[in-house]
Amino acid sequence: MTDTVLETENLAVTYTGDRRVEAVKGVDLAFPENRLTAIIGPSGCGKSTYLKALDRLHDIQPNVEITGEVYLRGEPVYDTDEPAPEIRKQVGYVPQEPTALPLSIYENVAYGLRIHGLFDSKDDLDELVERHLRKVNLFEEVSDRLDAPAAGLSTGQIQRLCLARSLAVEPDVLLCDEVTSALDPISAENVEETLAELAEEYTIVMVTHSMDQAKRLADEVVFLYLGEVVETNDVRSFFEDPQHERTKRFVSGPTDDEYAVSDAT
Amino acid sequence: MNRYTRERVAGVAVRAATVLVLAVMAIVIGVTLARGGRVLLANPAIVVTPPGSRYMLEANGGFLHAVLGSLFIVGPATVVSMVLAVSTAAYLQSDYSSERFSDVTNMFLNVLWGTPPIVYGVFVLTVVIALGARTSMFYGIVAIAIFQYPIMTRYTDEALRSAPDTVREATYGLGATRFESAVMTARAALPGIVAGVIMGFARGVGDAATVLFTAGRSTRMPGGLFEPATTLPVLVFDQATSFNAEVRSHAYAASFVLIVVVLGLILASKLLAGRYARFAPGGRNS
Ligand SMILES: Nc1ncnc2c1ncn2[C@@H]1O[C@H](COP(=O)(O)OP(=O)(O)OP(=O)(O)O)[C@@H](O)[C@H]1O
Ligand SMILES: [Mg+2]
Repeated sequence: MTDTVLETENLAVTYTGDRRVEAVKGVDLAFPENRLTAIIGPSGCGKSTYLKALDRLHDIQPNVEITGEVYLRGEPVYDTDEPAPEIRKQVGYVPQEPTALPLSIYENVAYGLRIHGLFDSKDDLDELVERHLRKVNLFEEVSDRLDAPAAGLSTGQIQRLCLARSLAVEPDVLLCDEVTSALDPISAENVEETLAELAEEYTIVMVTHSMDQAKRLADEVVFLYLGEVVETNDVRSFFEDPQHERTKRFVSGPTDDEYAVSDAT
Repeated sequence: MNRYTRERVAGVAVRAATVLVLAVMAIVIGVTLARGGRVLLANPAIVVTPPGSRYMLEANGGFLHAVLGSLFIVGPATVVSMVLAVSTAAYLQSDYSSERFSDVTNMFLNVLWGTPPIVYGVFVLTVVIALGARTSMFYGIVAIAIFQYPIMTRYTDEALRSAPDTVREATYGLGATRFESAVMTARAALPGIVAGVIMGFARGVGDAATVLFTAGRSTRMPGGLFEPATTLPVLVFDQATSFNAEVRSHAYAASFVLIVVVLGLILASKLLAGRYARFAPGGRNS
């Protein structure tokens, strides 16, 4: 049916700092085109670590060992001559903390376009910025103050701005790490609605704490536990007919508290 | 003593200490402003008048030479020091530097920071003598730049350190290179960097020990880079120890200028920092 956009083969990530932490232990997964895949699992099970590995974001810090391979449209992401920034450009990453760059609202969206030179003229740039702000339902809210500092927006608006900023460089896939967890319920709902709309035309891999959110948004669900994939399935089967004992307990369990191994972030 | 009594005693002690410090500060600033203000108001021209040929003895003319000397020495020194400090701090915070190297460098910076400025003065003087040169504005600039360097580096380093890691991650995620990412981090840290540079300038303007015997103590207008020059703090020292009462009164006027400049700079640094903070993540809203 659909093509696979992103795929990992035996991907393992180990932190080699003060103590060795095998955060991700050999994960094989494939993310199909134009689908939203939710990665769920208890706190500390390696969700963020896995997600960052897909975008080579561990390269920027020392003490991380990565084995295995990630394929983006069939091309290896690690074993390649292409510079890491070129790879990262094709993979959008939205961090958990809503992070405005110290620039205006307009320049936040334009940033990626500017560093990669993805526009022809000022008009073109204006048009691209507006289009992507509209995509995340933010344009109406900020159209009268595009030159104002982005830091002045609410956290929910900043998070949507981050989505727009990532989308502006036209990535093949968008990675979202618990993008609603730092937000108040209303902002979270706005961002979630935006994600639902984006899911129709983008390939999205989303980490979430919330089972309900996964049910509402996801096409596919991956259950990660202690750095390993326990189960992966389409959203209906996953929740209605979990195959593994552990998934059953996680899905039906009171909350994820009983699994929480570290503090919830 | 029961715990509430102890709490009250501690509260009183803390407040008393604060009042004491503020009072001393107010008196110092107040006396300088009042006495200096009186002299200046009576004869404001002395700030912009070059000194007469026998200024130190007869108080003819004014002390424009020291005002300009301060500007010509501390200005370039600040620029030089800023470039070095920002580069050092950026390097320390970048992914190019190892944690160990950063720690060691920071320790040295702390030692430098704590070194009495007169030591820099003596050091540069030694160099001057070794070179067979004579004291001049140039060596004053060198000494002040060395003096400012640890101050500005520390401020810049703190500012870069406190710039959120998420900014780095966000830019990398968009496909920025290390350099582009570093530039963005620096932008996020700009309020702190600006504050550091202005603070460095203010400290440089106010320091006498570094220039005392590196810049030479001239009572004439600054004549060139390799001519001796004097700065305001050195001038104040010379004036205050003069036999002529009028020259001594000029010391207050010069102090007035100094204190106004330094306070003004600190205020400016706060305002600027606030302005840039609007753009910084987690900064004040517009
Ligand atoms: N920089 C690091 N150095 C060492 N260990 C780390 C580092 N980052 C994460 N870890 C460890 O790796 C494991 C996985 O962390 P990760 O952040 O990927 O979990 P997570 O599933 O995203 O958790 P959460 O739901 O709380 O965000 C944890 O045990 C964590 O303590
Ligand atoms: Mg996480």
